[in-house]
Amino acid sequence: MKRYITYIVLGLLALLPLLGLNSYLMHILILVIMWSVIGMAWNLLSGYCGQVSFGHAAFFGVGAYTAGMLYSKLGISGWWGFPASVFVVAVFALGIGYICLRLRGPYFALATLSMGVIFRIVAENLVGVTGGDLGIMIRERTWIDKTWYFYIILIVAAATYYLVRKVIESKLGYYFVAIREDQDAAESLGINTTKYKTIALILSAVITGFAGVFYTNYMGYIDPKVVFALHDISIITIMVVMVGGVATYWGPVVGAIIMVLLAEAIRSIPKLGTAHHTLFGVLLIVIIIFLPNGIVGDFSKLKRLFGMRRPAP
Amino acid sequence: MSLLEVKKVSRFFGGITAVKDVSFEITKGEILGLIGPNGAGKTTVFNVVNGFYPPSRGEVFFKGERISGLKPHQICQRGLARTFQVVKPLQRMSVLDNVVASAFLRAKDRKEADTIAADVLNFTALYDDRNVISKGLPLGKRKRLEIARALATQPDLLLLDESFAGLNPSELDESIQIIRNIKKRGITIMIIEHHMKVIMSISDRIVVLNYGEKIAEGSPLEIGKNPLVVEAYLGEAQSA
Repeated sequence: MKRYITYIVLGLLALLPLLGLNSYLMHILILVIMWSVIGMAWNLLSGYCGQVSFGHAAFFGVGAYTAGMLYSKLGISGWWGFPASVFVVAVFALGIGYICLRLRGPYFALATLSMGVIFRIVAENLVGVTGGDLGIMIRERTWIDKTWYFYIILIVAAATYYLVRKVIESKLGYYFVAIREDQDAAESLGINTTKYKTIALILSAVITGFAGVFYTNYMGYIDPKVVFALHDISIITIMVVMVGGVATYWGPVVGAIIMVLLAEAIRSIPKLGTAHHTLFGVLLIVIIIFLPNGIVGDFSKLKRLFGMRRPAP
Repeated sequence: MSLLEVKKVSRFFGGITAVKDVSFEITKGEILGLIGPNGAGKTTVFNVVNGFYPPSRGEVFFKGERISGLKPHQICQRGLARTFQVVKPLQRMSVLDNVVASAFLRAKDRKEADTIAADVLNFTALYDDRNVISKGLPLGKRKRLEIARALATQPDLLLLDESFAGLNPSELDESIQIIRNIKKRGITIMIIEHHMKVIMSISDRIVVLNYGEKIAEGSPLEIGKNPLVVEAYLGEAQSA
C-alpha cells in the first residue's frame, strides 16, 4: 500500500478536473501544485543540503521573465520558456552560487536574501530589457479553461517529485546530507563540498525557474514586484517547507496545501485580510516551537497530541 | 620508501607560530605516534597534512606527489583519511548512512557502497548499532564511528586524532585491537595520543613535538629515556 501511495495520489489528482470543479477551485488547486514544486525545489538545496536560501524569488523571477521576454521580445510562445529557462536559470544560479556558496550558515542565507532583492531592483530599472514596472503582459492566453494548465503543472510536479526522490536516494543525496550535517567532516571524507553544493543549487534553481515559467503562462502578467517578491515568494517558499516538513518527500506538498488554503482563508476575513503576513509570522513561530520538523516530520508527535496513537505492540 | 614526507613545515596564525620547521617521514606499513604536551601543535600538523590549512612554509609529499595546497577532499581521494579529535559524526544520519556516505568515494553504486560499509562496520564492531542515529551514540562508539568512516574511504594512510581520549578501559582494549587489525590490513597509521601506555605499546616510531618544534624522534624505548621528552612533559628539574 505505502509503495503505491505516490501513484494513487497522482492518479486521483489527474482525475480531479473530470469532476467539473469551478474555475476558482481549479485556480486554488493549480496554486497548491505550483507551490509544491517550488517547495520541493527549495527542499533540495536547503532541506537536504542545508544551504538555507532566502532568495528563491530570484530563480522564480528569472524563470518567469525568461518566458515573458521570449514572448515580448521574440514574439514566440511563452511555453518555450521551459527549455530556455533551464539554460538561463542555470547560468544565473552559477553566478549566485559562485558568490554565495563561499559563505556558510546564516551568512549564506543573508547573501541569498540580498540576491533576491538585487534581482528585483535590477528588473525594475532595466526598463529597456524587462519593461520595468510596467511588467510583461501575455495578450493571447493559450487556454481559457484551466484544465490544461492544471495538467501541465501536475506533470512538472510529478517529474520534480520523481527527480528529488532519485537524487536523494543516490550518492548525490548522501553527499547533500553529509554537507548539511558537517561540512568539514564531509570535506575530509573526500566530498568536494563546493561542487556538490553548486549541483544542489542549480537543480533547485532550475526547478524553481520552471514554476516561474508556468506562472507567467498561467497568470498572463508579471511584474518585478510580484515575481521577485521577498515576502510573497522567497519567504512563502520557506514557510511551505517549514510547515510541511524539512527534508521530507511529502512535506512541501502538505505545506503548500496548508499555506495556499490559509492565505485564501485569511484574505477573505474582513479587515484582518491585509495582515495575513503577520499571521504567517505567528504560524511560523508556533511551528518552530512545537513542530520543528514540520507536520510530516513530526507526524507521530501530532498523532500523540490528538490521542490517535495506538499503544505500542 | 616513505609514504608521507613532511618537509620543513611551518604554520603561523597571525603572530603565533603553531608549528615550526617540522620534518618527518612515514614508511609504508608502520604506526607513527605523534605526541607532545597540550598546545604543542599536533593537531595543526594533522590539519596541514590533511589540507585544512595550507602550510605557511614547507611542503608535504604523499606517495611522491606534492599535496600541500590541495583541498582536503582532493587529498582524501589520493588515499589519506583522518578522524577528528572533537568527533564530527553526521548527526542526524544513522551509523550505516554515515559510513555509506563516505564509502561512495570509491564505490560506483549504492550496492557496492553498502558492501564496503557493512565490511567496515563489522571490522569496527559497530554493525549491531548500524540503525542508531549517530547523535545518540555514546562517546566511545562515536570515536569508533570516526575510524569506521575514515576506513570506508579505503585509505592508504590513516590519521587518528586522539581516538582513545575519554574511553573506558574495556573500550580502550577494543580500540587498540582495532588499530592493530587496521595495520594488518596494510594501512599505514599516524596517531596523536595522550595516553602514554597506548602510544608506547602500539607505535613503531614516535615523533615528539613541543612548542611547535620537533624535539625527538625514535622508537618508544628511546623516547621513554630521552631527557628532553621527560623535561617537556614533567618540566625542568628545579635547580637549587
